[in-house]
Amino acid sequence: MWDQEIKGMASAHMFIASAVFVGTLLPAIVAEKFSVYGSHLVWVYSVAGSVAAVNVAVFWLLGVGLVAKKNTLSYKVSRMVRSGLHFTLSCFFYHIIVVLYGAPLLESVLETFSLAVLLSTFTTLRCLCLLGPNVQAWIRVFSRDGAMSVWDTSLQITTACSVIGAWLGAFPIPLDWDRPWQVWPISCTLGATFGFLSGLVIAPVWIHWHRKQLTYKSK
Amino acid sequence: MERLPVLLLLLWLCSAFFVGIHLFVGGFLLVRLEVNKSSSCADALLPGAARPDFCEGGARFRRAVLLVVDALRLDFARFRGGNPRPFENKLPVLREVTSSQPEHARLFAFRADPPTTTMQRIKGFTTGSLPTFVDVGNNFASSAVLEDNLVRQLARAGKRVVFMGDDTWESLFPNQFYRSLPFPSFNVKDLHTVDDGILKHLYGTMEGADWDVLIAHFLGVDHCGHRFGPDHPAMADKLTQMDQVIRSVIRRLQNDTLLVVMGDHGMTDTGDHGGESLKETDAALFLYSPSPVFPAALSQAEPEVVPQTDLVPTLALLLGVPIPYSSIGQVILPLFHQESRTAGARSHLSQLEALWINAKQVNRFLETYSYVARDIPRESLSMLQDKFASLWNEYSSTVKEGRTASPALVAALQSYLTAVREVCQATWAKFHPLKMASGIVILATACTLCFAVSEALAGAGDTVALRASLAMGAFAGAGVAVGQLGSLGYVDAAWCLGAAILSSQLAFLWGLRRGEGRAFARGGDPRRTSGGSLSPPVFSVPLLVLALRCASLLSDSYVIAEGRVATFLLLSLGLYIPLRLNWEGLLLPTSPDCQKAPGLLPSPPLSSSAVRRESLVLLAGLGVLVASLYLSLFLHNCREEQGGCNPSPLLVPLARVQDSGLRNLRYVLSVASLAACTYALRCWLRHYGNLNGPGAAVFAARWPLPLASLCTGLYWAVSSTPERSFRGFAELIALALVVLPRVAFAFLALGATLLWMNPLTVFLKPRQAPSQGKGPAPLPRYRASTALSPEAELHHLIPQLYQRMRRSLEDGESSGGPEGDGRPAVEAYGLGTVYSAPVVLLSGLLGLGLLLLHSEGMALAFLLLLLEGTALLHLHASSMTLASLQGAHKGDFSVPWLSVLLWDLAATQFFHATGHLPTFPSIQWGAAFVGFPQGHVGTLLPGSLVALNTFSSHILFAVGCPLLLFWPLVCEVQAPRRGFGGSERNAVMEMRLRERPREFSTALLQLAARCLCVKGAQVLASALAAAILRRHLMVWKVFAPKLMFEAAGFVLATVFTLVGFALVLRVDFAVSGWFKRLIPEQCR
Repeated sequence: MWDQEIKGMASAHMFIASAVFVGTLLPAIVAEKFSVYGSHLVWVYSVAGSVAAVNVAVFWLLGVGLVAKKNTLSYKVSRMVRSGLHFTLSCFFYHIIVVLYGAPLLESVLETFSLAVLLSTFTTLRCLCLLGPNVQAWIRVFSRDGAMSVWDTSLQITTACSVIGAWLGAFPIPLDWDRPWQVWPISCTLGATFGFLSGLVIAPVWIHWHRKQLTYKSK
Repeated sequence: MERLPVLLLLLWLCSAFFVGIHLFVGGFLLVRLEVNKSSSCADALLPGAARPDFCEGGARFRRAVLLVVDALRLDFARFRGGNPRPFENKLPVLREVTSSQPEHARLFAFRADPPTTTMQRIKGFTTGSLPTFVDVGNNFASSAVLEDNLVRQLARAGKRVVFMGDDTWESLFPNQFYRSLPFPSFNVKDLHTVDDGILKHLYGTMEGADWDVLIAHFLGVDHCGHRFGPDHPAMADKLTQMDQVIRSVIRRLQNDTLLVVMGDHGMTDTGDHGGESLKETDAALFLYSPSPVFPAALSQAEPEVVPQTDLVPTLALLLGVPIPYSSIGQVILPLFHQESRTAGARSHLSQLEALWINAKQVNRFLETYSYVARDIPRESLSMLQDKFASLWNEYSSTVKEGRTASPALVAALQSYLTAVREVCQATWAKFHPLKMASGIVILATACTLCFAVSEALAGAGDTVALRASLAMGAFAGAGVAVGQLGSLGYVDAAWCLGAAILSSQLAFLWGLRRGEGRAFARGGDPRRTSGGSLSPPVFSVPLLVLALRCASLLSDSYVIAEGRVATFLLLSLGLYIPLRLNWEGLLLPTSPDCQKAPGLLPSPPLSSSAVRRESLVLLAGLGVLVASLYLSLFLHNCREEQGGCNPSPLLVPLARVQDSGLRNLRYVLSVASLAACTYALRCWLRHYGNLNGPGAAVFAARWPLPLASLCTGLYWAVSSTPERSFRGFAELIALALVVLPRVAFAFLALGATLLWMNPLTVFLKPRQAPSQGKGPAPLPRYRASTALSPEAELHHLIPQLYQRMRRSLEDGESSGGPEGDGRPAVEAYGLGTVYSAPVVLLSGLLGLGLLLLHSEGMALAFLLLLLEGTALLHLHASSMTLASLQGAHKGDFSVPWLSVLLWDLAATQFFHATGHLPTFPSIQWGAAFVGFPQGHVGTLLPGSLVALNTFSSHILFAVGCPLLLFWPLVCEVQAPRRGFGGSERNAVMEMRLRERPREFSTALLQLAARCLCVKGAQVLASALAAAILRRHLMVWKVFAPKLMFEAAGFVLATVFTLVGFALVLRVDFAVSGWFKRLIPEQCR
C-alpha cells in the first residue's frame, strides 16, 4: 500500500515538475525574443499557469484531498469562489511579506506581485487542492503530527522548500556581480522554482526513506 | 544566590575577548603618531649649527611634471622580448628614451610600502613617511594630510602647484593647490573619465606659463586592473594611451623641467592591490630631463630598487625646497653631482652634501618622534644615534680637511639612512601575522568557552575551576614575561596577557570537559542530562542564522548592505517563532476535534483560552516587531558605495530645514516620540506598582526622568530656531544651548546614581493589628519543616513571605475593598517586578541621555527601538509561556538562543536605524557639541560623547539584556488575573527567582554567556574577514572600518552588559537586605 501510494505521488510530482519545464519551453517556442531574464514576467506567469493547471488536473484526476461533503452545484460554486478568494488573499499576503523583507514598495510593484503569485501557486494552490479553502486545516497540517497522509507530508515538504528557496534567492541580490539574474525579483523567483522542484523530488524520496517511522492517524 | 562568582566569571570572559581584540588589532592596525611640525628654510638641523641647511644649494630644476599613473606595475614599463602579454611592451617610449639618451633618463623599480592603497600611497610619496591605516593626528573628521608634505613645502616656497586627476588629492590637500581640476575617482568601472579629463587640460597647461609643478594623476590603468585584470586587451589599450601621453609630455618639456612618471603601487594578477606582495609593491619610476643629469655610464652601483619615500627628499632638494619634516626617505644619488662642487658653481648640491642634509633631517625627525612616541624599540634607536654621531665626526673632519668625498663615507651615510628606514618600517608598516593569528585564536576560544559555559550550565559554583584556571593563567603569563625579560630584555604586555588568557581559557575548558564527563559517568544530575545539554544544538535554526550573519561579514557587499541584512535576518527569525511553535503544536490549543495521539501527553491542566490569548499576544508582538522593522528601514543613512540611495530626511538637523512648516511638523513629531517614550516607561512602572513609596529609585523614576525629557524637548526647540528670527534673544538662546542639555544630563546622572544607591522600587504598607497574631498561618507548608538554626529558619521563612506579599500585591491592586479574612500582615507593591523595574528604569534614563546626543529626528528611531524591544520581549515571553502552558517547558529560567540572537540582531539593526554606518565619514561628530557648543579642551569628553552616540543602540540593548530573563516571569501575572481564579503558585513573578537562587544565578550566567558568545562571534568573524581579505581592494574602505566599529561596539556593549548584570546583582543584594530587615519585625 505504501509503495503504491509513494509511486503514485512520485509520478504525480513528475507531471507537476514537467509543467515547470513546459511553462518555460512553451513561450520560448511561441513568442519571439523570449528569454527567462529578459521577459521575466512572461516566464513567471507561464510557469505559474502551467503548474496551476497541472496541479489542479492531477489532484482532480487522482481524487486526492477534495472530499466534497455535498455534491450540489451551489456548494461547488461557493467552494470555487472561496478558493479563488483564498488564492487572491494569499497573493496579497505574500506580497506584503515580501515588501516587509525589503522589496521596493512602489517601484516594480508588478514584479513583486508576480513573485507573490508564483509563491502562492507553489504553496497555497496545493493547499487548496488538498485541503480545500480551510485555513484551520492548513495551519493544522504544518505541525509535527498534523500530517494525515503521504500527501500532507509532501505538501509540507514542497511548501517549505519553495519558501526556503525564495528566501535563499534573496541572498545574491546585494552582491556586486552585475549578473542579469540578480535583478529583482529574478533570483527569488528562480530560487522559489528550484526550491519547488527540489521539494517535488525530495518529498517521495524522504517519505520512502522514513516510511517505517511515519504513522498517519485516521483521516 | 552567588553574586560575586557570577560577576567574576563574566569579567574573566569579557577580559578574554578584550585581550583577543587587543592582540588582533595590534597586529592588524598599525598606529603611528603624526608629528605636526614643518621644515622651513631657516631651520638649523644640528643643535650647534649656525647656518641654515635647506634652501642653500639652490634649485637644480625650476619646474617639475609629476605624472602619476595609478597601479603602473614595474613589468608594465620594462621591456621583455618574446611573446608579449597584453600588458607587456606597451610603453616603448620608456625604453627608447633610456637607451638612446642615457644621460637624460632612468627607469627604476619603485617600491611602495604596504598598505598599497592609493590614499596611503599619495600620503607616502608626499610626506616621505610610512602612513598606516590609523595615523593618529589631531583631526579625525577630515582626511586632509596634516603632516608636513611636499605640496605644502612647494606652496610655501612660492611654487605654483597645478593638480589634475584623482580627486583623492583634493581631499588630502584641500586649498593647497594653485589650481586644481579633480575628477571623481570612486567608480571603478569607469576607465576614462579621469584620464580624458586630464588630457583635456594637460597640454594646454604645460604650454602656458602659470605653473611650476604640475601633478597629473591618471586612474585608467588601475580601474582597468580592477575591472578586467592586467591580462586583458583593455589594459593594452590603456597603456598604449599612456605611452602617447608620455611622448607628448616629453615633447613639450623645457630644459629646466624634470619629468617624473611613476606608479603609486602595482597590482596582483587579478588586478587588486592593498597587500604586500612584490607585484603589488613594485611600481615603475621613470625620470627624464631634457638637459643631461645622470652620469653617462651606469658607473657606480646605481640603486636597482628605489623605495617610494625616496622621491620626497630628492624632489625637495632638486627643486630647492626644505625636505618635509617627517620624511625618512633617502635622496636618489644618481641625480646629484658625484664630485664636490665645481669651482664657482655654488648652485648645485653634490651627492655628499645632499646625503648629509638628508641624514641630518632624518636624525632630527627620529629624535622628535622618539620624544613623542615610544613605539620604536630602544636598542635600535640608540644604535642609530651612535651611528649618526660617528658619521657627524667623520663628515666634519672631511669637510675641515677639504678632502673629496670618500665613497666609504657616502656608503656609510646611505647605510645609516637605510637602517633608519628599516627600523621605521618594522615599527609601522608591517602586519604582525603572529599577533593577528593569536588574537583570532583567543577570540575563537573565548567564543567556544562562552558556548560551553552556556550549554554545560556550569553553575556559578564552579569557583574552584575558575580559580584554578586563573592561577594557571597568571602562571603562564608570568612565565612568558620572564622568558621575554630573559631573551629580549623587555616585556611586551600584549603577549603576556595573551598567554595568560589563552592558558586559563584552555584550563577552564578542560576542567569543564572533565566535570561533564564525571557527571555523565555518575549518571549526572538530572538537570544536565534532561536539558539536552549533552548534545548542544549546534545545528539549530538560531545558530544557523548566527552563522549566516557571521558569514555575511566576510563579503564587502553584505557589509555595505549590513542594515538590510540585519533586518532581513531579524524578520526571518521573528517569523520563525510562530512557525516553529505551530510545528511543535504549541501555538493553538489542542482542541478535541484535532486528534492527537492519545496518551502522548498526560494532558496538563491547560485552558484553551489562556493558550489562545497568549498566541494573540505573540502575534501582536510579531506585528509590532514587523511594523517597527519596516518603519526603521526609512531611517537609514547611506554609504558612498550605495548608488541610488537617499539618506533619511530625518537625519538632517532641524536647524537646517528651511521650510518652517516642515520644521514645525518635524519638531512636533520628535517631541511626540519623546513624550511617548517617557510616558510608556512611566506607565509600565505604574502598572507594576513600582511608582509608589519614598524610595530613591522611585524618586528617580518620578522626577528626573520626565524633567530630563522636558529639558530635551526645550533644547530641541532652542537649537532648531533659525538664527535670524530672534535677534534680541541671541544671548539667551546661547545660554539655553549650554544649560538645557547639561541640566538634562545632570538629571539623568542623578537618577542613575539614586538608582544605584537604592534600587528597590518596592513600597511596603504595614497592616493593622489583627493580622499580627496569625501572620504565618495561611501557608503552613513552610512551617512544617522545623528549623534547626536561625539561618535555616530564615531560609524557609523568606519564601513564605513572598507568597504573602504576592497575594497582597494582587489584592492590593485589583480590589481596594474591605479586608478579606486571610489578609497578610504586610502589603508590598512592586515586589513582582523588583528586578526588572530598575533595569527598565536604567535603560530609560540611558536611552534619554543617548537620544539627546542625536539629532532630533532620531526620536522616532528611539521610539521604534522601545517598541521593538518591548515586542521582542513579549514575543520571547509568550513563546516561553506557551511552551510552559502546554507542558513542553523544562522548568528552568534559561533563555533560548533564539531570543538572545534576536536581541542582538536588533542592536545591529538599530545601529543602522539611528543613522549610523560602520564608516568613519558617517560618524555623527555633532554629538560632541551637545551642551558644549563652544567646543572642548581635551579629547576624552568629546570622544566619549561621540562613542556613546555611535553605539547607542548597542548600549541600550546591552543594558536591557537581563530583561530577557525576567520578562516571562513579569508577563506571567496576567494569566491568572484576567482568566479564571489564579492559582497562587503561578503568580509569584520574579519572586520565583528568589525561591530558587541557584537556578537564578545559573540562568543569569547563561544569559550573559550567550550574549557574549553571539557578540563575540561577530567580532571574530569581522576579525577573520580583515585577516583573510587584507589584500582585498576594499579592505581599508570596508573591512577595516567594520572591524573597528564591531570591536568598539563590542567593548562598549560588554561594558554595559556588565553594568546591567551588576545592577541585577545589586538589586538582589538589596532585596536580601530588605527581607532580613523585614522578617524580625514581622515574625520574631
